[in-house]
Amino acid sequence: MGRIKSIARRTFLIGSAAIVGGVAFGYYAYKKPIANPLLDDLADGAAAITPYVLIDQNGITLITPRTDVGQGAYSVQAALIAEELDVRLDQVNIDPGKPSTAYYNGKVAFEGFPLAATDSSYIAQKGRVMGDVAGKLLGLQLTGGSSTVSDAYEKLRMAGAVARATLLAAAAQKTYIDVTDLKTRDGAVLFPDGSTISYLELAPVAATIEPVTEISLKPESEWRYLGKDMQRLDIVSKSTGTQSYGIDVVMDGMVFATVRTNPRRGDMISYDDTAAKNMRGVNNIVPITGGIGVIADNTWRAFQAAHAVEFNWGPAPYPKTTDDMWAVVGDSFTKKLQDSQFTDDGDVDEALAVADVLEAEYRIPYLAHAPLEPMTATVLLTDIRLDIWTATQIPRFMQANAAKLTGLDVDDVHIHVLMSGGSFGRRLEDDYVLQAVEIAQTIKGTPVKMTWQREQDMTHDFPRPMQMSRARGAVKDGQVDALDLGIAAQSVTASQIGRVGLPVAGPDMMIVAGAWDQPFSIPNYRVTGFRVPEMVPVSSWRSVGASGNGFLHDCFLDELIHVAGADPLEERIRLCWHEPSRKVLEAVGEMSNWGSKMGPNRGRGVAFTLSFGVPVAEVIEVTNTADGIRIDKAYVAAEVGRVMDPVNFDNQVQGGLIWGLSHAIYGALTFDDGMPEQDNYDTYEVMRMYQTPEIIVRGLENSDQIRGIGEPPVPPAAPALANAIFAATGKRIRELPLIKHIDFV
Amino acid sequence: MQLSVNGNSYDVDVEDDMPLLWVLRDELGIHGPKYGCGIAQCGACTVHIDGESVRSCSYAVGDVDGEITTIEGLGTPDALHAVQQAWITHQVAQCGYCQSGQIMEAAAFLATNINPTDTDIDDAMSANLCRCGTYPRIRVAIKSAAATLRGA
Ligand code: FES
Ligand code: FES
Repeated sequence: MGRIKSIARRTFLIGSAAIVGGVAFGYYAYKKPIANPLLDDLADGAAAITPYVLIDQNGITLITPRTDVGQGAYSVQAALIAEELDVRLDQVNIDPGKPSTAYYNGKVAFEGFPLAATDSSYIAQKGRVMGDVAGKLLGLQLTGGSSTVSDAYEKLRMAGAVARATLLAAAAQKTYIDVTDLKTRDGAVLFPDGSTISYLELAPVAATIEPVTEISLKPESEWRYLGKDMQRLDIVSKSTGTQSYGIDVVMDGMVFATVRTNPRRGDMISYDDTAAKNMRGVNNIVPITGGIGVIADNTWRAFQAAHAVEFNWGPAPYPKTTDDMWAVVGDSFTKKLQDSQFTDDGDVDEALAVADVLEAEYRIPYLAHAPLEPMTATVLLTDIRLDIWTATQIPRFMQANAAKLTGLDVDDVHIHVLMSGGSFGRRLEDDYVLQAVEIAQTIKGTPVKMTWQREQDMTHDFPRPMQMSRARGAVKDGQVDALDLGIAAQSVTASQIGRVGLPVAGPDMMIVAGAWDQPFSIPNYRVTGFRVPEMVPVSSWRSVGASGNGFLHDCFLDELIHVAGADPLEERIRLCWHEPSRKVLEAVGEMSNWGSKMGPNRGRGVAFTLSFGVPVAEVIEVTNTADGIRIDKAYVAAEVGRVMDPVNFDNQVQGGLIWGLSHAIYGALTFDDGMPEQDNYDTYEVMRMYQTPEIIVRGLENSDQIRGIGEPPVPPAAPALANAIFAATGKRIRELPLIKHIDFV
Repeated sequence: MQLSVNGNSYDVDVEDDMPLLWVLRDELGIHGPKYGCGIAQCGACTVHIDGESVRSCSYAVGDVDGEITTIEGLGTPDALHAVQQAWITHQVAQCGYCQSGQIMEAAAFLATNINPTDTDIDDAMSANLCRCGTYPRIRVAIKSAAATLRGA
């Protein structure tokens, strides 16, 4: 790492764009320093040297604004700061901070630009800076897109380094010892004579001086935490039942609530709560948007009463059945609904005019997020102030929407972000929180904890869109020669970003993510996105567009490779022009001993998807038993530039693969009479331990791009499994969930 | 009615058919057992009654006849049960929401079998679901807890 200079003032956010140096953006609002939110209510003698490091009488607090939804975000953010600040992780408190533009995410907006992650051209570099600009201008404080590490990698280490340098300067000022003679260790400054002074003692002096911004980051060789196995900060609490989640909030005088709203997502025409009102413990039943809220003295009593209410629900604002919806999707492959065509190499039409053409149609269903902790929020509303305690990935949007709903000033809405029992993208929405606020409006001054029943959660999700692809392709001389892939899906971006009140324009890259941007040099190669009109409102689901497109793209590529008579792994390697991607394919081949003989009724499949800048290759081995398909073993190789914490990396990759397999086998949200037909885990089945294969993981570090790993292992899982089933049985399954077409053990 | 939870006795005034889970969580403020499905499909609410694992979301409080143990009573951060220690050593948790139930299920199972085979483990644990996909680490942690319990 070179020496970094910047013009930071105490209110300046140390951001990655500043590092590039000399980039003239010409955006005043972007260059304008962002206020440090920690300075607002700082006690005397306390220091908030950057928006990420607070030192006061409570000790050292590191601000970790990306939400922990189970991916270990708090721990990795803390480690990045601690590495440079030179503190041990057991010496610090962590706090997610309050909603602030200072905590904008400069990386997540990039995913919206039509720039492949593998593109290192000048335009692409500029585009990435634009993503940072957009993130800052919009104050995109959100957790998603596997962006936490890539966004924080320099930002948080610099925040730690600035704080450390300033504390050193404070020590020098206090003692008149030259700063070059000072060192730091574990939260203290070390003097030449061996004596020490703690950061806490230095805080009052540090608070009075300008932050030192001429800093250099440690070389990797001096890292104490990063790149090594770390113990997650929440591992003890999560192993002893002492971790508090959103659902565990307790407040004095709190009442318990739940809601029931139209499972068709339309209006509520009428309801009859005669029986429900008189049930034990029920305080009140109140109408809210699209349904009712029940206020009671116990969550279960609220659930019971909600069941006892009779409803007359209005119709769905979308087609009534899954079949009707498929008709809409199928009708969307038109010029008028064409959304994008960013890959169009060679002459696809000519290549397909002459050859024997392989054609296939693929389908994937709507999918629910269904994190194990259902949606909950605790709300306390008074005439002058609103407090919300909840697990969320979008604190700032929620704050704005709650202000709008209550008529309060944004500054009077206080969001307290809590630990979340999973999310997978679900907590990028604030519908449940606004419902709790609506209930609180009827009982001002009393804290209300609203908990969704699982049934409400499953039937009121914003699912992953259903998708169809129509693919045509051809081979020549034993090689893949042409691939023409059309993908039709609703726009997640338009649906979701529209709900948080941001403008959206232009093509939605998520319709084709994981397909248009794959690093293969197929001579004639075209990927076209078609935008299906909005039906069921949709949202980001772990790995978003790539989650389904991995299956649509890779399985059809596999079909072509088989027609060509080539080896599935060898041909992918031959077609791949991107060095880091080729290396993950080679690695997974070596790990799985690709090409070795397998027994009877056995088969292996390989799949590759590059998503969120991370190339991932997976090999899955299956046996076709008398009771159905058994998944024996899985191998995953992924390239993230630098593995921050090998233990958590391993856990995330295994979890991502299992998530992908689980939904590939079982996942489907289907509709009848406008209502979801699945409402709990008995009908929305998930993979269990006995079905889980042994999973072997390897993280590669060949690239200089630092990336996150929460989502990228998901997309190749479904195609690797489907390709393995083909290898073992000769049966090519082109529709998910696979269980519709083949049995599993 | 009288309930004995983690060695403490409580007097609660609730309907007989209220699930034990909601008595623990909302009446007694014991939050280790979690609500995931309410229909005995996920295992997040698992507690012990006289050492046997039950799904407290689907167990009417009126039917309870015995000592209830929740994860809080199994062990604490300062005095960990062998299963909890193994869960920490192998860093099982991701979101952690299922883990109270996983740990209670594993502890009840290992109390009857400290020499489990892979199949035994799969059979015992497959009714507990984990959306985050921590199954491989749970397997490893159970084997290591079993070794501890054997004194190996
Ligand atoms: S909440 Fe009891 S089994 Fe799911
Ligand atoms: S760790 Fe999240 S559900 Fe199991």
